[in-house]
Amino acid sequence: MNKTTGSANGVKVVRKKKSRFREIWGRFKKNKSAIVGLVLFSIVLLMVIFADVLAPYSATIEPNIPVRLQGPSAEHIMGTDSFGRDIFARLVHGSRNSLLVGIGAVFIGMVIGGTLGAVSGYYGGKIDNIIVRITDMIMCIPMMLLVLTLVAALGSSLMNVLLAMMISNIPGYTRVVRSAVLTVVDQDYIEAAHSCGTPNRWVIFKHIIPNAIGPIIVQTTMSIGSMILNAAAISFLGMGIQPPTPEWGAMLNEARNFMIQCPYMVFFPGAAIGITALGLNLMGDGLRDALDPKLKD
Amino acid sequence: MSRYIIKRLLFIIPTLLLVAFIVLFIMDLTPSDPGTLILGDNAQPEAIEALNEELGYNDPFVVRYVRFIWNAVRGDLGESWQTGRSVTSTIAQRLPVTATLALGSLVFGSVIGILLGILSAVKQYSILDFFSTTLAMALGAFPSFWIGMMLILIFSLGLGWLPSFGAGGIKNFILPWATAGCFMISSLLRMTRTSMLETIRMDYIRTARAKGQTERKIITGHALRNALLPVVTVLGVSFGTMLAGTVTVETVFSLPGVGLMIIEGIRMKDVPVVTGATVVLAAMFTVLMLFVDILYAFIDPRIKARYAKK
Repeated sequence: MNKTTGSANGVKVVRKKKSRFREIWGRFKKNKSAIVGLVLFSIVLLMVIFADVLAPYSATIEPNIPVRLQGPSAEHIMGTDSFGRDIFARLVHGSRNSLLVGIGAVFIGMVIGGTLGAVSGYYGGKIDNIIVRITDMIMCIPMMLLVLTLVAALGSSLMNVLLAMMISNIPGYTRVVRSAVLTVVDQDYIEAAHSCGTPNRWVIFKHIIPNAIGPIIVQTTMSIGSMILNAAAISFLGMGIQPPTPEWGAMLNEARNFMIQCPYMVFFPGAAIGITALGLNLMGDGLRDALDPKLKD
Repeated sequence: MSRYIIKRLLFIIPTLLLVAFIVLFIMDLTPSDPGTLILGDNAQPEAIEALNEELGYNDPFVVRYVRFIWNAVRGDLGESWQTGRSVTSTIAQRLPVTATLALGSLVFGSVIGILLGILSAVKQYSILDFFSTTLAMALGAFPSFWIGMMLILIFSLGLGWLPSFGAGGIKNFILPWATAGCFMISSLLRMTRTSMLETIRMDYIRTARAKGQTERKIITGHALRNALLPVVTVLGVSFGTMLAGTVTVETVFSLPGVGLMIIEGIRMKDVPVVTGATVVLAAMFTVLMLFVDILYAFIDPRIKARYAKK
């Protein structure tokens, strides 16, 4: 099944490149939930970009004890926390840290894991065997535990959480890219490229990657969502970004102690994490359907 | 078949050795040593050094790794630097809580997830289908510890029906089960639905319909078993994710399980506790994945046949 898709797409890519993107966008556009996802994620992205316009950064750091633990009001639309800091401001600025960890971990993991997977799938043989065995074994450690032990060893900070999540992302990508490459590598057009004397590097970048990119894009969109969840969980456990830096998971950790008096403190940061992840997941689903229309119906 | 099982069972040994190696290697990077933890920061550097030497902390990494494996095989995971208690006995004491949490959520999550998945595939595009897929999307996106806190706010603090912390009885576990089961519901529902939809469109289902078989028999007799194959794999993986996720759920509900033990260990920089508990959880996960693989072979006659011939 996959093989025919690959070659059909391959022919299209060679013939008219622009239309493939348009075709995918056309299908994506028709998918209502994908558009909802895109809108949700765009809102979060706007929040990241215009954080300083929406609220001054100082409001997220400086304590303002007289107004502590106030419920939502006209002045503080999401209320204030135990130090009297505006929750809305912290939420807006926290989006930067949360997204940075999520996107950073996924992209660096994708580059390293993707390279390993491509090498493994393309060359096969002994290298393939070794890489597959090692990734299989690392994947025996549940991701959250791997990240936790890494953060415990490296120390709690934004950079270390990013590093730990990046490392634990590598095996997953190695696997996805390897299997994506494997479906393409046997195709006739790859053989044709080889018979023309095209160098390996050229074959990989010009022929294999463009044709194997579909599942990789889907995996990326989906895993940014789950990375944001994982990063939030790490911060929630008090191992991630240290206060007073705003971050959604860390805000929930603080809010936990005031849950009874101030439920709103718990509600908003979690909702922000959920909406971001929901947007990314819906987009990922939509992309998957748009890239491979056969999967739907 | 037995050949396959033996092969898979043998593979577990190098896997566990490597898992322990990775965990030990990572924990070895922790800036913490037993001498300082036991004697305190103000102790004489010579005394700290002497104690480290005595406890074998200064030995090369490989020596400590081999010693750890050697002791672990005999059921000894070392002693806590902080309290001096045996890590094995602490784990033995806490494992029932984690097991109750994990197994309860497994049952809760898989029953609801698979049932809703089947129903929404059979009645595709119905209101139930819309409701289920939306539910799956939401449960997969919102962090489980947040869902847990929301449940506490509603059912413990708001309605006062259920306790919000501790591990006293069944009542204490209802909210944690629901919390940890959320993620499983999400992934199982989606997988079951997709897989069921694919199966229903197969030729043999059309044949069954053409024969005039009742719809109920078609679904339960022909489609279900084939559709559940990929679900079993997802079940294993999401159970593993949940096993690791018990760390956050146990924190939210203050359940004294292995997950909370890891968190406390990390806070105290108590390396043997973290190492021991992590290795045990990872080993459970590995064994579970093996079990899923073997189960898969039992359900899928093709895999069985491949090994039966030889």
